[in-house]
Amino acid sequence: MVTLSSDSRNIIGRGPPLGAGLFFLGIVSVGMMMLDHRSNYLETVRQWLGAAASPVYAVVQTPGQAWDWLTGSFADRGRLRTENSELSEQLREARVKLLQFDSLREENVRLRAVREASAGVGGRTMIAEIMRVDVDPFRHRVRINKGADDGVFKNQPVLDAFGIVGQVVQVDKYTSTIILISDAEHAIPVQVNRNGIRSIAVGAGDLGKLSLPYMTVESDVKVEDLLVSSGLDGIFPAGYPVARVSKVERNPADTFALVEAKPLAQLDRDREVLLLWDDTPQVEAPGAKPKPATESKPAAEASTAPTPPAQATSGQPAPAAQAPAPTPGAQPLPQPQPPTED
Amino acid sequence: MSDGRISRLRVTFTVILAIIFAVLPLPEPINAARPDLLLLLVIYWSLSAPRIAGLLFAWFCGLSIDVLKGIILGQHALAFLVVAYFTHKFQLRIRIFPLSQQTLTVFAFLALYQFIVFWLDGIIGQPVTTWMRWLPVISGAILWPILVAGLDTWNRRNR
Repeated sequence: MVTLSSDSRNIIGRGPPLGAGLFFLGIVSVGMMMLDHRSNYLETVRQWLGAAASPVYAVVQTPGQAWDWLTGSFADRGRLRTENSELSEQLREARVKLLQFDSLREENVRLRAVREASAGVGGRTMIAEIMRVDVDPFRHRVRINKGADDGVFKNQPVLDAFGIVGQVVQVDKYTSTIILISDAEHAIPVQVNRNGIRSIAVGAGDLGKLSLPYMTVESDVKVEDLLVSSGLDGIFPAGYPVARVSKVERNPADTFALVEAKPLAQLDRDREVLLLWDDTPQVEAPGAKPKPATESKPAAEASTAPTPPAQATSGQPAPAAQAPAPTPGAQPLPQPQPPTED
Repeated sequence: MSDGRISRLRVTFTVILAIIFAVLPLPEPINAARPDLLLLLVIYWSLSAPRIAGLLFAWFCGLSIDVLKGIILGQHALAFLVVAYFTHKFQLRIRIFPLSQQTLTVFAFLALYQFIVFWLDGIIGQPVTTWMRWLPVISGAILWPILVAGLDTWNRRNR
C-alpha cells in the first residue's frame, strides 16, 4: 500500500476541480501537437527545450565517455602499432586512388556540363558523434551531438564512410535526431549504378535490410548490384552509395519483383557520422521523372521542407561553376542559384 | 513531521532519476521492455502526495519525455495527464487497495498510457505496430510493488 504523506488532498477539495485541469491541459497538449505536427511554429520552442535537456544527456553519457577515455589512454602498445600500420596501409591505397580522382573529376564535370546537369558530388561535411542515449527502441533513430548551433538543418543528409546513413528529422539547439534509412518510415530514391534504373528503397524496420517495392518483374536488377542515391528527392545528393542488392525474386504472375538490399553504411556499428552540406543546387537529370505517387513521407516532404543553412553559402563554389568552358556547341551552364537566406 | 519542502525535494529528486533512466542506453534484449519509471513515479506521488504531484506536475513530466524521446510535443504529456487524472479521481480508493489489486490497477493505467501513445502515433501517421511495444506495460506492473516498497520505506524513515 502507498504510504499516505501528511499533506493529502482534503476530502472536500480546494483548488481547481480535477476535470477543469484535465480539460485545460488536454486542450494545451492537443493544440501543441497540432502546431508541432502541421507546421513548424514550435521549432524554436523545441530547440530551447532540447537545450534544457542537455544536462540529462551529459549525465547519461558520462560513464560511456569515461570508459572510452580510459580504454583510449591505456591502450596497449601492440594494438596501437597494428592500428597504425593498418591506417597507413589504407592511406597509401587511398592516395593511389586519389591520383586518378582529379582527372576523373575534371572529366566528369566537363561531361556533366555537356549534359547540362550540375548534380555534382561534393560539399562541406562535419563529423558528428552518435550519443549514447536511447531514443526509441522501436524506431531507427539516433541522436547526434551537433545541433542548430552547428548549422544542422532539417532533412540534412547524413553519411558515413561507406554510404548514406539517413537524414536529420529534428534539430535541437545542441543536438539533433537522425532517422536511419532502415526505419520503416523512411524512403530514399535510388538508382541501380550499373544501368541507371530508378526506384525507391524503403526501410524495413531492420538494420540489415531495405526493400525495393517498385521494381517491376521485367526490370534489369541482379543480386550484388550497387544502388546509389538518385538525388530526385532534393534531400540526398546524387551518386552516393546506399545499398547492395541482396535478394531478387521474380514471380511471373506478379507485377513487381521482390527485391531486397543491404545498406552499405554501418548503421549498427557507427559511432561517428558525417553531416553533409550540399552546396550545389540540385538540378534534375534530363528526362528524370519524379514519381510522386510512390514517394513516401520523408521523400515527399523534400519539395517543401529543406531550407539551406546560413553557413552553406560560405562553402566553395559549385563544382559546375569551376568547369572549364563547355564545348562551343553546348548551351550555357545553368547558373547555380545562391541558397536563399532566411 | 509534515514538511512540504522536504517532500517536494524528494519528488524532484526521484523524477530527475527517472528522466535519466528514460534515456539511459540499455542492452538490446531488455531495451524494448524498459519500464516507464517516470509514469510509475507520477502515479505513486499522485497517490501519496496529491497536493505536490498534481495534474500540472504530471503534464510536465510527460512533456520531458516528449522532449527526450518523442516525435511531437504534447503526445506523452497528454497520456501522462490522462493517467494522472484517473489516479487522482480514484486516489482515495486505490490508496487503500491491497498491493495485488493496486498492481492490477497500475497495469491498467500503464496499458491506457501505451494505448494513448499508440493511438496518437497512428494519428500522426507513424505507428509502431510490433507487439513488443506493450512489454513496458508488463515490466512496469512488475516493477510497481518493488517501487512502492522502496519508496514507502524511504518515506517512513525520513519523515
